[in-house]
Amino acid sequence: MPLGGCLGLASDYRITLGLAIMVNLHRFANPNRFMRLSGFVLPWVSGIAAITFAVGLYLALVVSPPDYEQRETVRIMYIHVPAAWMALFSYTLMAASCAVALIWRHPLADVAAKSIAPIGAGFTFICLVTGSLWGHPTWGTWWVWDARLTSVLILFFLFMGYMVLFDAFDDPTKGARAAGVLAMVGFVFVPIIKFSVDILELRTLHQGASVSKLSTPSIHESMLWPLLIMALAYLAYFIALLLVRMRSAILGARVRSLRMMQAERASRVAIAPERL
Amino acid sequence: MNIFFAIVRRDVMLALRRMSDTMSVLLFFILAIVLFPLGIGPELNVLSRIAAGTIWVVALLAAMLSLDRLFQIDADEGGLDLLILAPLPLEVVVIAKCLAHWLVTGVPLIVSAPILSVLLNMSSDGFLVMIVAMVLATPTLSLIGAVGAALTVGTRRGGVLVSLLVLPLLTPVLILGASAVDLALAGLNAVPLLMLLGAVLLVAALLCPWAAASGLRLTIE
Repeated sequence: MPLGGCLGLASDYRITLGLAIMVNLHRFANPNRFMRLSGFVLPWVSGIAAITFAVGLYLALVVSPPDYEQRETVRIMYIHVPAAWMALFSYTLMAASCAVALIWRHPLADVAAKSIAPIGAGFTFICLVTGSLWGHPTWGTWWVWDARLTSVLILFFLFMGYMVLFDAFDDPTKGARAAGVLAMVGFVFVPIIKFSVDILELRTLHQGASVSKLSTPSIHESMLWPLLIMALAYLAYFIALLLVRMRSAILGARVRSLRMMQAERASRVAIAPERL
Repeated sequence: MNIFFAIVRRDVMLALRRMSDTMSVLLFFILAIVLFPLGIGPELNVLSRIAAGTIWVVALLAAMLSLDRLFQIDADEGGLDLLILAPLPLEVVVIAKCLAHWLVTGVPLIVSAPILSVLLNMSSDGFLVMIVAMVLATPTLSLIGAVGAALTVGTRRGGVLVSLLVLPLLTPVLILGASAVDLALAGLNAVPLLMLLGAVLLVAALLCPWAAASGLRLTIE
């Protein structure tokens, strides 16, 4: 039974959703417009996240049957697998935003990429911790150095490297560009992570994807539905968090520039009050 | 092409005239290898088991040490602006810098690795594969390292930052290289892994000059 490997589904919605968000960002390049739209969307997405989390967790932890082999520990899957999906999705979206920022100098794309990084790192961390908690009763060890675990750990470090490089420059625009190039180079790893289990099937402990095709998934319906609702909850939560972070980043930039203007005016008054 | 070799020659000359920089990387490599028997204990069978992996890990770290100088010295002295203005595409300049970096740090690592593997009691069955793997892997270190070095040119804490950015990207090289030597030591066929190392080198040669050049352009502007 599946824990973790169900990354297959991600590719189905990832691409379309990534495109949809990018197109949106393009149309709403103007931060004012973005603030208005995101302010309208945010409560709805947050509401959806809250409802789907409540329903999904109830179905996953109470209603769905225990696994024949794994018994109750299978329930960790409902937390773990969507986190893994979202981790890869976040990195893909971050790299795409960086590409948009570098190619079109889109003002919101840098904000988006910077806002995604800590969220993605968080999902990756959840994925690693829950996988480890599941691994102990099932595999008999907290951690194995198999292809999937190692590559997800590297994904975590890629997120970390992005954030550290972003902050390493005095000039935030330079930091955004340098980190953007790094994110795009690191994107080479996303296919490696996604297919690490398929390629090294014989040499790895982690199982393959169970939800690779929606028409004939190798997972029973009673487990598939809670999983999909949890995936939706994670996605809505991700979008809500991303919007909050982007909005606060934009407001933060505004506060900074207002303060600069204020300081400039104050210094001008101090130097030559009669000229005002 | 003349400019290309002029850049390579200049960098190699500079490195040779400042021997202490080049030597310090090599000395770090040797010293760090020597630390392992002291820390783990001198049992010969344990050492021969960890020899291949240890040499690869330390070679990786030694290569990291030299990276922050790859573009930083030129940036400090103003030479980098001239290189960006050179009639050669910046990508080709990056390849030239990588080639020079490989000649100065990669080649000494390749030459000294078999000697050090004797210190760690590695069986001589793995020598040939180790040298071939290192010949394929060390240029990749220079290329991927150049990306990290280029992206951190404008920052103040270059050294540690480069390692932080580059080491995750180098993990495939480490895994493939060390496994190839382990396979050879076990008497198995290591050629597929060597081919994968070659593939990684080709992909790196394709992507890294572009990434490093755009990093340099963006951060220097």
